[in-house]
Amino acid sequence: MSQAATTRSAVATRPLGASPLGFGALLLGLTALLLLSVTLAVMIGPVPLAPDLVWRVALHRIAPGLISPDWEAFQQNIIWEIRFPRVLLGGLVGGGLAVVGATMQALVRNPLADPYLLGVSSGASLGAVAVILFGLSWFGAFSLSIAAFLGALLAFGAVYVLAQHGGRLTTGRLILAGVAVSYVFAALTNFLIYNADDGEEVKSVIFWMLGGLGGARWDYLGLPALALLFGTFYLVVQARSLNALSVGEETAATLGVDTSRFRQQIFALTSLLTGTLVAVSGGIGFVGLMLPHILRLLVGADHRRLLPVAALAGAIFLIWVDVLARVIVAPQELPIGIITALLGAPFFIWLMRRSGDALGGRR
Amino acid sequence: MSLTVDQVSWSVAGAAIVRAVSLSCAPGSFVGLIGPNGSGKSSLLRCIYRVLQPDAGSIQLDAEEVWRLSAREAARRIGVVLQEHGGEFDFSVREIVLMGRAPHKALFARDSAEDRRIVEEALRQVDMLDFAERSFLTLSGGEKQRVLVARALAQQTRFLVLDEPTNHLDIRYQLEVLDLVRGLGVTTIAALHDLNLAALYCDQLYVLKAGALVASGPPATVLTPALIQAVYGVPAEVAPHPRTGRPHIVFLPRCTEVAR
Repeated sequence: MSQAATTRSAVATRPLGASPLGFGALLLGLTALLLLSVTLAVMIGPVPLAPDLVWRVALHRIAPGLISPDWEAFQQNIIWEIRFPRVLLGGLVGGGLAVVGATMQALVRNPLADPYLLGVSSGASLGAVAVILFGLSWFGAFSLSIAAFLGALLAFGAVYVLAQHGGRLTTGRLILAGVAVSYVFAALTNFLIYNADDGEEVKSVIFWMLGGLGGARWDYLGLPALALLFGTFYLVVQARSLNALSVGEETAATLGVDTSRFRQQIFALTSLLTGTLVAVSGGIGFVGLMLPHILRLLVGADHRRLLPVAALAGAIFLIWVDVLARVIVAPQELPIGIITALLGAPFFIWLMRRSGDALGGRR
Repeated sequence: MSLTVDQVSWSVAGAAIVRAVSLSCAPGSFVGLIGPNGSGKSSLLRCIYRVLQPDAGSIQLDAEEVWRLSAREAARRIGVVLQEHGGEFDFSVREIVLMGRAPHKALFARDSAEDRRIVEEALRQVDMLDFAERSFLTLSGGEKQRVLVARALAQQTRFLVLDEPTNHLDIRYQLEVLDLVRGLGVTTIAALHDLNLAALYCDQLYVLKAGALVASGPPATVLTPALIQAVYGVPAEVAPHPRTGRPHIVFLPRCTEVAR
């Protein structure tokens, strides 16, 4: 037995950053990589800009008076008003989608979950479109985000109820429920647009629905940033419960998790994050599916490690996808959703084939 | 810790699954729950470890109502080894066992050296220490079961619930797991399929049929041919085993050339 055990345990691989020290180094490395990515992404574009200029302008805008401007006004305009908000928004949306994806996967105990696939993004879109078309502003500047949040909550709840069968969630039902809910919400959204009077609202809805980070402005960043910070912090604090829940509902209950309350909190939180992200970027698919899965291979399934890494790596990933979207057919821009779908759909198929038994096949 | 179950009933969609069951476990005793498939063993255990809320009756641990505890308080008193092998996520064996420490940890607390020591000790007790860094998903059914026993040990509770703990285990580990749990001296209630194992390890047996209690007492008085015929519908011979003194059951097959 012990001989067999040694040979078998010899193949065990210790996940990256398993020791506290290694994990700190990993987070530090990712943060450095994120800063580098932001710098490069701001530099790249039709008007190339030097890295030192990027940060001198930023410093000047953050703390005026430290540096006397020796650059052209248009350079400052491009750096500060156009590229910085766009790159930072990309980071927020990417980090947020990766965190939401990882959390949803733990909640439904299934690595195939993602806000886009499960129809949560469509729910958020319906809420947002309704607000734009009807000009609702009950909640002032936050109307769009709040409507998107409510739509996301509704869609996620519907999927969760539909996917239950005898108290269990199966992968097949989950994905079918996601597709069904996604279609219903998309149809309702299209119905609203079809019936709307032609005008500025319809134009802005269509622009918004194409998704992407093109319309980024500084005042778009506050809410998603707040939601992402608060959400990730809360989830990391609750990571032990999330771990237990991802293993099994009964297991979580026997390990001291108040499962029904905890599930409600996670529902609300993932819907809130999805809503605020969709409100500023439209539906960007597959980021929440791909990133958590790849990162789990790297750092393991423990959410105490996975979630912070997902936030950072998701940000880096989407910043670069957006750079790609900007340069690939320059001077035109590709909608970012096209690239994430082209990367994500094959990945999804690969994942589906790998976890065959969970879908009714054999591994 | 002692367990008192008083007139507990649980039903689903109008069907009574557990019918007014009363039982008790003395401190430090090992109590077995036996009965055919679908007799309500698992449902009764689920009522005890708070996954199914009973429609009626009370369940008390040392005079504390189990269902009035918070989830965390309950998890510090009740350790459970489930049949559930769920989850598709790639946790290491060590991480799975470390989850047993969760009910003892404050929100912001990190895993301490003490936690790590407890986890190692639990893994050593089930002979799985060499597997600590392995992925839980790659283990065999029996290895998984032993890891789940280790997790319950790491929880350091004074009461254990085991639902078919020896399923998937080969004979050596069936005996080792039951020896280990008995040796802890912790009050234990276990649903068991194997009547000979139940006879060997249990101080008290409770027999369920169709959700109701039909017999209880020490194995020697409960495990009679008449009861086995009535509950399981199988003929059997029971004799005290010369070495263990415990009742030993031989089931009699219907085919005559074997039974003669």
